[in-house]
Amino acid sequence: MGRDRIRKLTMPKWGFSMTQGRVVEWLVAEQSEISRGDEVLEIETEKSIGVVESPESGTLRRQVAQAGQEIPVGGLLAVVADADVSDEEIDRFVENYVSEESGDETDAYEAAPEFVDVGGRKLRYLKQGQGDPPAVLLHGFTGNLNNWLFNHAALANERAVYAPDLPGHGQSSKDVGDGSIETIARVLSEWLDAVGLSRVHLVGHSLGGGIALETALQYPNRVLSCTLIASTGLGPEIDADYVDQVVRADRRKELRTQLQKLFADPGQVTRQLVDDVLKFKRVDGVREALSRIAGSLIDDGRQTIVFRDRLETIQAPMLVLWGEKDRVLPLSHAQSLPARCTVEVLGDCGHMVPMEASGDVNRMIARFLQDCDQTVPE
Amino acid sequence: MVRTLSFQQAINEALGQEMARDDSVIVIGEDVVGGHGADGEMDAWGGVMGVTKGLYAKYPGRVMDTPISESAFIGAAIGAAASGIRPVVELMFNDFLGVCFDQIFNQAAKFRYMFGGKAETPVVIRTMIGAGFRAAAQHSQSLYSIFTHIPGLKCVVPSTPYDAKGLLIESIRDNDPVIFFEHKKMYQMEGEVPEESYTIPFGEAEIVREGDDVTIITLAQMVHESIKAAEQLAEEGLQCEVIDLRTTSPLDEETLLESVEASGRVVVVDEANPRCSMATDISALIADKAFSSLKAPIRMVTAPHTPVPFSDTLEDLYKPDAENIAAAVRQVSEYQTWVATASES
Repeated sequence: MGRDRIRKLTMPKWGFSMTQGRVVEWLVAEQSEISRGDEVLEIETEKSIGVVESPESGTLRRQVAQAGQEIPVGGLLAVVADADVSDEEIDRFVENYVSEESGDETDAYEAAPEFVDVGGRKLRYLKQGQGDPPAVLLHGFTGNLNNWLFNHAALANERAVYAPDLPGHGQSSKDVGDGSIETIARVLSEWLDAVGLSRVHLVGHSLGGGIALETALQYPNRVLSCTLIASTGLGPEIDADYVDQVVRADRRKELRTQLQKLFADPGQVTRQLVDDVLKFKRVDGVREALSRIAGSLIDDGRQTIVFRDRLETIQAPMLVLWGEKDRVLPLSHAQSLPARCTVEVLGDCGHMVPMEASGDVNRMIARFLQDCDQTVPE
Repeated sequence: MVRTLSFQQAINEALGQEMARDDSVIVIGEDVVGGHGADGEMDAWGGVMGVTKGLYAKYPGRVMDTPISESAFIGAAIGAAASGIRPVVELMFNDFLGVCFDQIFNQAAKFRYMFGGKAETPVVIRTMIGAGFRAAAQHSQSLYSIFTHIPGLKCVVPSTPYDAKGLLIESIRDNDPVIFFEHKKMYQMEGEVPEESYTIPFGEAEIVREGDDVTIITLAQMVHESIKAAEQLAEEGLQCEVIDLRTTSPLDEETLLESVEASGRVVVVDEANPRCSMATDISALIADKAFSSLKAPIRMVTAPHTPVPFSDTLEDLYKPDAENIAAAVRQVSEYQTWVATASES
């Protein structure tokens, strides 16, 4: 595969509303050798701070954007090239870049969430990327499709990746029926029908992991693999107090205290994050929906549905990812699993592994899905 | 990602959704019906600014036009509320609330208290505030502080379409009398508003911008002037925290005091007249409860103690703007106390 002698690193688009980002700091000095996937710089958006990884290998020849600078989505951040490329060539590349890219950047980022009616429930989802077999990302309790901000586009490089708002969540219908995992898995399978997906890889975080497992049991022919990230359903222990408080909290401060339990570094709970969850919780029907789901999931401080002894009956390959410092679901749930489960523990991560270690998580999932695709019997 | 609506559409949607949810919600006021649900221009009215447009067509019989007799229809709404209906009554300009003070101050605000908690008055009085509309002295005042003074009333002063919808729904569902103040210069302002119904609790100020050098406390349209000032000041290296009160009664003292304790420097911005105002009320609160945190005297940026002028030039001068606010922030940020100066030397 021939590659360009000069490669670019551009401002990513993390979520539909992002139009620009601010360079916080460079993590790699100019003239350093970098490999694909290395963390190169930190970017701050209105909503969060994230790390940009290099899509290319080579020498980081030029930091085009400086710390503190605002760069539009698609704008040039850095130039990567090999040593034989002259500085003059790089100068020219940087100069010409602006004129080449300005104006046409909007078309490339048109992915917007869509709505589909599923048995009387309106469900919202976002599709990115193309190619089979597709993957579906299932967020956790009180989350929404934006929880995959740092994962969705990266995973969509190789296939179509769908992220729905689960019933009761995001902008989907707040009707969760009895709130049980069976019901949500049934709605999910109806949604798969509605968007025309027959067989998918499921990637579930927390509650989403439990739903992935339930789906794999109920609809074994539809599930190609399960990626379970800090998943419910792998043991009885859970911080039931967290779940209870997060359902009840109606003030910013109470909610912030709870949300901080999700991260190894509580500083990651930004004002915007708290506001987003608070605004969601204040929508009519949300509190009832969350109470029902929590009530069905937890009884007397313990998880009611544990799939551990049924994992052997699931044919789909499983990848289990867990944060070492998870305070909501204990790391022990990732231990003593059947040998068929590939288990990876992420250091210095709490419960929000997909956000806290997006780079590692994206690489692990991408590799796992590729392996699964190669061994799928038709 | 989220749909945008104007401030006016957000209010209209809140009214429509609550009427759909609860049959006891009705709308009363001058010209609120419009063209009786007819097509096109015929249906153009719906309040003097068109805020209730289209509601009559959807809920005939639950949107009622009244004669130009504020004391009568405000009294009727309060009586209806006491009997179990949830009226949202529109009194075009808050300037005319004066003719129904007795109904509001002595009746609505006192029922729950004087009947030992056995009576409720779930009425919402929607009314316009604000200068800048070339509407002269009798149609331009911002009188929320007068109502904030009265125990038994709740006062809501939203500054964004999102807040307008959530706070109006909260107001309609609340069992006490609520005065809902809408700044007439903000009706066309656009913002993200979810389609679903949602509420915002009373007594929760919004920190619309974070910063630790100076705290700007404000409300209504002045929130936007304050943000403008804060953005300008950020370029000069001054980080302002801008707090939008959202409700003046109940008042979120905690959020205000916490911010002042962190910054030690405060500017209170209010487009109303300065005497016995929200600006003086908040300044007094801070002087009383956070005095030891203050590094500079509290500055108030308000209109002067005069009626709102009709002359365009004078009206523009009358209203505080980003320039005035920025100047006040610079003053408090540069202020050195005598004690500090003395101890340094």
